[in-house]
Amino acid sequence: MNDLAEIISQNEDRIRAEWIRSMSNTVQRADLISKAELDEQCRDILRAIVAGVKTSRPTEISSSGWATGRELLSEISASRARQGFSPVEVATFVLSLKQPLFAAIREKFVSSQEKLFDTIWSATELLDRLALVTTEAYMATREELILRQQQELLELSTPVVKLWDGILALPIIGTLDSARTQVVMENLLESVVATNSKYAIIDITGVPTVDTLVAQHLLKTITAARLMGAECIISGVRPQIAQTIVHLGINLEDVVTKAKLADAFALALQRSGRTVVRSSSAPTSPISNLFAKRED
Amino acid sequence: MDRIPVLRMGSLLLITIQVDMHDKLALQLQDDVTERISEWGATGVLIDISSLEIVDSFIGRMLANIAAMSRVLGADTVVVGMQPAVAITLVELGMSLPGVRTALSVEAAMELLYGAATRADDAST
Repeated sequence: MNDLAEIISQNEDRIRAEWIRSMSNTVQRADLISKAELDEQCRDILRAIVAGVKTSRPTEISSSGWATGRELLSEISASRARQGFSPVEVATFVLSLKQPLFAAIREKFVSSQEKLFDTIWSATELLDRLALVTTEAYMATREELILRQQQELLELSTPVVKLWDGILALPIIGTLDSARTQVVMENLLESVVATNSKYAIIDITGVPTVDTLVAQHLLKTITAARLMGAECIISGVRPQIAQTIVHLGINLEDVVTKAKLADAFALALQRSGRTVVRSSSAPTSPISNLFAKRED
Repeated sequence: MDRIPVLRMGSLLLITIQVDMHDKLALQLQDDVTERISEWGATGVLIDISSLEIVDSFIGRMLANIAAMSRVLGADTVVVGMQPAVAITLVELGMSLPGVRTALSVEAAMELLYGAATRADDAST
């Protein structure tokens, strides 16, 4: 195996130059990564490969001899995933090393067919495995990114707003699944306790579809709120959703539902013994307001 | 053996649960409440569980039972100040306590019970 290490360290500069050239033919992204940075990364990886080949066999990519190489590659592909490279571009980064490396190997073993084949085979195996490492790291970074965004979305999309003394509103945006119901429920119940609110309006205008599962989640939230002594009103039921609820046979008879948030708010005000009265002295438009001031 | 005190406030009974409920305590409470209702002729029972942090199906059933027993004896039950975690647990256990009335605070609960009492008086006169 040390043949491979020897070939790489002997021809390092040439291999690197060709590697970068073959990459620039296919996928080099000058807009995302600078030439100097790329050069630096290639040099590091070649050194890591030499160090790895010297201590371990290329098939044992998970052994300790390859630790630095693995780390380096994972780091590079992780940073590329964040920079916005496509998976093809990230994998090609390693795979385009094949051509210059094979050329160097062929030069070395011109005479011995058998040795040439063996070395090329182990080099192929090695580079394929390294490419898999990069792809895996790329995917892991992407998944992490998605997970974080999901969490942020979860926190963003469940605000509890206070409409009036003792009246809360909870506008739900997006589909309700079990995880979100949990967050919504906890948020709502905590706010009910914190603000001592007797009425909570759950607005489902932003919920695209209501199926039996979503309805069940809603009913759970409402039951929990009722157990604490708060009353829930569902608002924002769109005509389409009302039809769906009836067709699915979902029983919402024990729950007060309203078409608009305003209706629900009016009901909550009425139940808490308040009425909204239009003050007669209020100006009907901003313009008359101006006139009134001038008369003073 | 310690027991949960049942306080009398006019025509209401006030029960504040401040210790971890265990089975014996719960059964003792059931006995006490039913006895006091018939003894004092109470029309309402307030159970304050605001300091109860952990709940299981047994406690849930006990609350439902006390409510049902009180109703048989002619008194309304209001459970007061349930913590969010407790409410979520009960819902997940499938115990929605259908016959039990609830309130956020003792004040609100008394309003609820007295309101019901005065309305009943209005209707009878």
